[in-house]
Parts: sequence; structure tokens; C-alpha cells
Amino acid sequence: MHSIPGRRLIMALFLIFLLLPIYWLVNMSFKTNAEIVSSMTLWPHTPTLQHYKRIFTDESWYSGYINSLEYVVLNTIISISVALPAAYAFSRYRFLGDKHLFFWLLSNRMAPAAVYALPFFNLYSAIGLFDTPWAVALAHCIFNVPLAVWILEGFVSGVPREIDETAFLDGYSFPRFFIKILVPLIASGIGVAAFFCFMFSWVELLLARTLTSVSAKPIAAIMTRTVSAAGMDWGLLAAAGVLTIIPGALVIWFVRNYIASGFALGRV
Amino acid sequence: MDKTVNQKAWFLVLPVFLVVAFSAVLPLMTVVNYSMQDTFGNNQFFWNGVGWFKELLDPSTDLGGRFLASLGRNLFFSLVILAIEVPLGIVIALSMPRQGWTVAACLVILALPLLIPWNVVGTIWQIFGRPDIGLMGYVLNHIGLDYNYVSNDIDAWVTVIVMDVWHWTSLVALLCYAGLKSIPEAYYQAAQIDGASRWAVFKAIQLPKMNRVLLIAVLLRFMDSFMIYTEPFVVTGGGPGNSTTFVSIELVKIALGQFDLGKAAALSLVYNLIILIVCWIFYTVMTNAGSERKQQEGAV
Repeated sequence: MHSIPGRRLIMALFLIFLLLPIYWLVNMSFKTNAEIVSSMTLWPHTPTLQHYKRIFTDESWYSGYINSLEYVVLNTIISISVALPAAYAFSRYRFLGDKHLFFWLLSNRMAPAAVYALPFFNLYSAIGLFDTPWAVALAHCIFNVPLAVWILEGFVSGVPREIDETAFLDGYSFPRFFIKILVPLIASGIGVAAFFCFMFSWVELLLARTLTSVSAKPIAAIMTRTVSAAGMDWGLLAAAGVLTIIPGALVIWFVRNYIASGFALGRV
Repeated sequence: MDKTVNQKAWFLVLPVFLVVAFSAVLPLMTVVNYSMQDTFGNNQFFWNGVGWFKELLDPSTDLGGRFLASLGRNLFFSLVILAIEVPLGIVIALSMPRQGWTVAACLVILALPLLIPWNVVGTIWQIFGRPDIGLMGYVLNHIGLDYNYVSNDIDAWVTVIVMDVWHWTSLVALLCYAGLKSIPEAYYQAAQIDGASRWAVFKAIQLPKMNRVLLIAVLLRFMDSFMIYTEPFVVTGGGPGNSTTFVSIELVKIALGQFDLGKAAALSLVYNLIILIVCWIFYTVMTNAGSERKQQEGAV
């Protein structure tokens, strides 16, 4: 691939720009609050683990991580399992209203969460799911299901039709063909779609916060508690922030080879 | 590839249809219902017809003034970040290393900001920009700039824009990188034989190949910046004054802050309609571009 002059410098500068704010957060999470407020230090002079210790020993803190992971995983499973057959249908068949349906799905991916916050609150309260991981998992389907359909459709289209036809000639029933042949063929696509569902559910806060109050509160909402009468607990806030970055970083590492094509939604 | 007509495919789409209809159509009905009513609390509702919509589109009223002002701010914000992120993203994609372990390292670091919860992005910049404890705020103030995003409108805007560039340029870059990677090496060799300049290679080979992904990038970035809520809310809270109050922030203020359900619902519908129209324009352009490309490929 052809690149431009000075590319190493540009890349290095941009990566520093990306990493510097994150470094500052990590840096602060290892400082005592006294050091944060009183002096400007580029690295912790009296490193401490007190903030992390507090998060891992206080249930009201670490339960937030469990709650978040719970609805993220639920949402990913729901999204992928309903999106798979639909992606196949969109990729292989034409049917009444298919284009309109696809556009309608796409438009839901773009719908502002703020619009849905209040109606979701009413809806999930009415059916008794309020403050459970299910409410958030279902609410996040509004943008993750269309996205999963979109990504998977691209990957299914990459599988030659002849494979379907041969399988059916060999006497495979549709469900068996789907599970035994199609799913293994687009396994990487499913991984990419799962990654994106995970990502968008993990980073979303407005709906997650609106639909939970006590028992299913996500970690990102718990973080707002660090404001107390004694002022901001900056160190604790920074430590909690660092811990929310780690799951994302881990997941990226696993899909690093597919990130680029995945972001193109399987359409390059 | 020609698709066969098969109405039974609806059965395969049905689960998706049901799930999305449950979480999109049902709530939207509630919104339509509220938008025609007024409430004085105690769950008592009164019929208000199109009253809220009239007020919403009339800048002389309180509601209309707030809506149109936040809409203007939001459009300006979206245009600014597109003008920065798209060219920057292309440059970053062109600067990617060609091979070796650095490729994976760059990809992982690029993707990192995308995986950080949005309110943590806000927190990171809130801390980073503070003149007392943040590196950026501290340095800026020490080289003689009077920078304070809490009290100065322009500083608040700059902070929010830089934060968005930090957060989302990687998305554009990764999309463009995916487009660039799909260009066969033979194209470049042909260009070299023809003695094409760097700029000519970019214009004639790379840009056309990136067309499609760029369109997706612009669509995603426009939509997501148009409904931005969490990040600026955490950093500036919509202030100072109302200077960084975008449409979503205004909407949440009215809906969940004041519980003015009628007004909030009317605003939601108009907001949604704008998004739907823009989305439809992009979708049409995208599908047209796709079919044109297919025709060209068919002709060749």
C-alpha cells in the first residue's frame, strides 16, 4: 500500500494524542488524593493502590461491573441470535418490503437514545422489567440488532450461493444447514458482529442509567457517586475509569485482525 | 448475484422485526400520544392537539427558542467535527504502517478510544482539561493562555470538539484503512509505470476506492454527533450558560428534568423526523452508488 511522506511522524503524533489523556487517567488513579490536589506530577511520586482496593472490596462498587457485563452479554446473545436468520434472508432472498424493512432497521440504529429514554422507562416499568439487566439488554437491541443484521448480511453475502444449493441437494434441512454449514463459514463475521454489539452496549450510558435504579446499576452510573460533601474523590473516579477501559482493551486484542473490515460493516 | 423472490424469507426476518418493533414502535406510540397532550402532574392529561408542535417551531416562544438554538448549535458542531475528522481520518489511514507487528499495535491503540464508555470519555477530558489537576489545562495556562472550559464559552467548545476528535477520528481512520487495504498492489504498480504523482495516485486510485467506506463514515459520524449527549454533558453539563447544550441534552432536560412530557414528546418527534430524513438521503445515495458500481463492474 502506498503511504504519504512523513507518515511515521504523523502516526506517532496521533497515537500520542490518543494515549496522553488515557495516561493521565491511569497516572491519577495511582496517586493519593493529596498528591492530585496539591501538586502537578507527571508520574505518581507516592504510588498507592488504595483506590483500586476500595473498588474491589466495596460491593456497591464492584457489583456495578458485574451488572454492566451482565446486560452487555445478554444483549450480545439476543442481538446475534435474532440477526443471523434475518441477515441470511436479506442476503439471499427478495421479499415483499425487504428494502423498506432494511431502511427501517437502519434508521433505528440512528435513532437518538434521548428520544427513547422516557418511553422506555414507562414501558419497562409497566411490564415489570425495570431495574433488571433484561430491561437494558432489550433496550440496547434497538441499535445493536440493526447493526448486527447489517454486518452479518455483508459476511453472508460473501459465502457463495453454490454452497447453499449443494447442501440442500445433499438433503440438509434448513436448520441443519444453517447450524452445521453456514454458521461455521461466517464464524469470523459473527465474532465481528458480537464485538460491535459488545462495544456499543458497553459504551452506552443514557439508557442504561435511565432503566436502572439500584440492583442493576451499571458501573458507569455508579461513578457519578464520587462527588461527596468533602469534594471530588478524583483518585477513586480515575481508578473506576481505568477499570472500565480494561474489558474493551481485552476484547480489541482478540479481534485486532478483523477490526478494520468489521468497521466497514463487511462492505469493502 | 441475483436474489430469488421468496416470501417465506419473512419468517427469517420475523424475530428481528418483533424485537425492534417492541423496542422502537411501541415507545414511539407513547411519544406520539404524549405529544398531543398537556399534563399538570398527578397523571392528569389534557388534549393539546398540535399546540406543542406550533410552539416548537416558533422561535419567539420559550420552547421554540430553546429547540432552534440547540438545533443550530448541534448542526454547527456536527459540521465542524466532520470537517476535522474526515480529512484527519484519511491522513491517519494513509499513514498506517505497511506490515509487521506495528500494524496490529496501531490498530489496537486506534480502536481504544472507541471502546471506552462515553461518560468515562467525558471524565477523562474533564480531568485532562482542568487547570488545577489536568495536564492539558495546566500546560495551556502555564504557556500564557487563559484556558478554562468551565467559565469560557469558546474554551468549552474547543474542549468538546477536541474530545470528539479524540474519541471518533479513529473510526473514520479504521474505515478508510479497510477501504485502502482492498486495493490490489497491481493498481499501484500500474500507476508507478505511468509515472503518476503521489497526488494523482490518491485522486485516481485511493479516493474512489474509499468512496463507499467514507460514505458510511460520514453517515455514522453525522448521526452520532447529531445525537451526542453523554460526553459534553459530563464535561460541561451543557454550559457555561447554554453554550454547549445540544438537542439531546435539551431534550433530556425537558423530559427527565422537568417531566414536561408533552413538550418533550413533540421535540422527540421532530428530532426523530430530522434524523429519519437525513438517514434516508444517505441510504438512497448509498444504494444508488452500490448499483452504479455493480453496473460498471457488469459492463467490464
